[in-house]
Amino acid sequence: MTGGRGRFGGYGGAYVPETVVPALDQLEAAMDEALADAAFRDQLDGLLHDYAGRPTPLTHAQRLSDAAGGAQLWLKREDLLHTGAHKINNALGQVLLAQRMGKRRIIAETGAGQHGVATATACARAGLGCTVYMGREDMRRQSLNVYRMRLLGTVVIPVDSGAGTLKDATNEAIRDWVANVRDTHYVIGSSVGPHPYPALVRALQRVIGDETRAECIARFGRLPAAVVACVGGGSNAIGIFAAFLDDDEVELIGVEAAGRGLDGGEHAAPLSRGRPGVLHGSYSYLMQDEHGQVLTAHSISAGLDYPGVGPEHSALRDSGRVRYLSAEDEQAIAAFHRLCRLEGIIPALESSHAVHAGEQHAASLPAGAFVVVCLSGRGDKDIATVREHDGDRDDAAR
Amino acid sequence: MPPGERLTAALCAVRDDALPALVPYVTAGFPHRDDTVAVLRAAQDAGCAAAEIGIPFSDPLADGPTIQRAGWQALANGMTTALAIDQAAAARSAGVTMPLAFMTYLNPVLSHGLADFCADAAAAGVDGLIVPDMPADEAAETRAAARSAGVALVPLVAPTTTRERIASACRDATGFIYCVSLTGTTGARAAIAAEAFELLDRVRAETDLPRAVGFGLARHEHLLALRGRCEAAVVGSALLDAMFARQDDAAAAAGAFLGGMLHPS
Ligand SMILES: Cc1ncc(COP(=O)(O)O)c(C=O)c1O
Repeated sequence: MTGGRGRFGGYGGAYVPETVVPALDQLEAAMDEALADAAFRDQLDGLLHDYAGRPTPLTHAQRLSDAAGGAQLWLKREDLLHTGAHKINNALGQVLLAQRMGKRRIIAETGAGQHGVATATACARAGLGCTVYMGREDMRRQSLNVYRMRLLGTVVIPVDSGAGTLKDATNEAIRDWVANVRDTHYVIGSSVGPHPYPALVRALQRVIGDETRAECIARFGRLPAAVVACVGGGSNAIGIFAAFLDDDEVELIGVEAAGRGLDGGEHAAPLSRGRPGVLHGSYSYLMQDEHGQVLTAHSISAGLDYPGVGPEHSALRDSGRVRYLSAEDEQAIAAFHRLCRLEGIIPALESSHAVHAGEQHAASLPAGAFVVVCLSGRGDKDIATVREHDGDRDDAAR
Repeated sequence: MPPGERLTAALCAVRDDALPALVPYVTAGFPHRDDTVAVLRAAQDAGCAAAEIGIPFSDPLADGPTIQRAGWQALANGMTTALAIDQAAAARSAGVTMPLAFMTYLNPVLSHGLADFCADAAAAGVDGLIVPDMPADEAAETRAAARSAGVALVPLVAPTTTRERIASACRDATGFIYCVSLTGTTGARAAIAAEAFELLDRVRAETDLPRAVGFGLARHEHLLALRGRCEAAVVGSALLDAMFARQDDAAAAAGAFLGGMLHPS
């Protein structure tokens, strides 16, 4: 699709009800102005440093590397951030921007609840009212995060439509925005949605890649052989990839959720098995049936359980600059356990998909090489899911 | 004939009672897959000037609960874009002569193929296309496909739309202008929002095409309030609510509801 604005290759655009288009124009202008304003940058950097805990460390996963064999694995520790995932980078930035635009009310969608918690946190700090839409099924499997949001003073609204997951929550958040657009800012949680959101979220998440690249150079005097990140909507991935896109020698690997297997249809891998279409305001790879109806995604990880993907990833897939692989539920769970046992780090199930692919890739490289895996979040929220999955096996050692 | 001429003419025709022309929105394949033709006939017989045929989509962002539920029920009935096109053609064969417009989201149209969709719609006797998630500045390709098929592409404008955007939407419009009466999604409301009237005046300043007000309209009193203020009024959710309540005879429910909206007893 060609067209007006916000294109990555032919992908992107702003396919939304007319009612919110003027607000998107306002957001784009405010974003351009804020990102070019040193005072805004300083304020955000200060928050990221003093409040969120940036910069995050790069941790050598020595025992994991030994077990994988091959290249050394290093983890970019977004799990150590306040609230436990990279989502806080985006939420703090967007809430600051909303304040600058004079918006008094914040809404968000959430899947795993990490973006909801991050937004609730940023709003509590800023003294703004916050409403988060969350699918009923996700509220069940991420109940800890529901309670965290409520503790932070946020109203969590259950969404019963569809499968009760991230796609459905996003629909409801957009409908709320359509009805309340004059005083409300919608903090979208990934690099998806209508222009300018994919560009805005990328700008706010690229701190992950900038830190990683600078540290690789400072510490090793060279760049990694590969950078690996999981892809739900694609914000942690685009955030870490952004700094390396021009470094042709660095292989970039995005990892989608293959759920119960790509061939059975129960997955969340639009880049691997979808075709381009429009969902939630942008033209991008999409899981859809032959009639253009959006399919229900499946992943054991709520944050990856989404049938769409950010438009820039579609362009990077087509250009071949990023290679998109996938990891199944069982592979992610196994990687989760290995990281717990070998490194003393309990990762988010989303990030566990990247760990799996990182181990596989490292095994194919020489010992002198190193690979960075974006550990996008910590796994506290997933403990109930893993326990349910593993049943009564107390020693879930694998 | 230029695209949408029949729509334009039907919505501009002045009624004896001076009420705006009534345009129902019906979800194709609701409540049963094959109800569409009978419902359209009942609407025409009740005095409607034109109709919007909704092709259901899994994720209808501009719609409230009623149209969402009707669409999901239609999809569960096996409704598809191709079937909706067939049903429009069948309605023509069954004597439905009023102008018809498809209303659907962009993805089912893209999936069918932009040019094929417009050509197939035109061949079925459909006069126009309304796509609520495609703002006018993203519509260039669709507009070209619609124009070459002879189908009108009807833009939506809303109370939040700026003067510049209204002007540019009207400049490229064919058929009529869909004026969203409120800041929000579809669904029956008690009263017409004041911002609807202000929007109608702003649209009149930019075009002579007929203005159809939609979203929220539900009762005869709403038509009375719009008398002299616009050319047409769209009723969707309230009509579907009436059909939900009488699914065993949805055409009769639709006819009674629409007749009652025009001529309350
Ligand atoms: C820890 C973590 N990683 C990754 C994701 C996936 O999102 P994205 O692809 O935008 O990084 C989520 C989403 O909830 C998450 O919580």
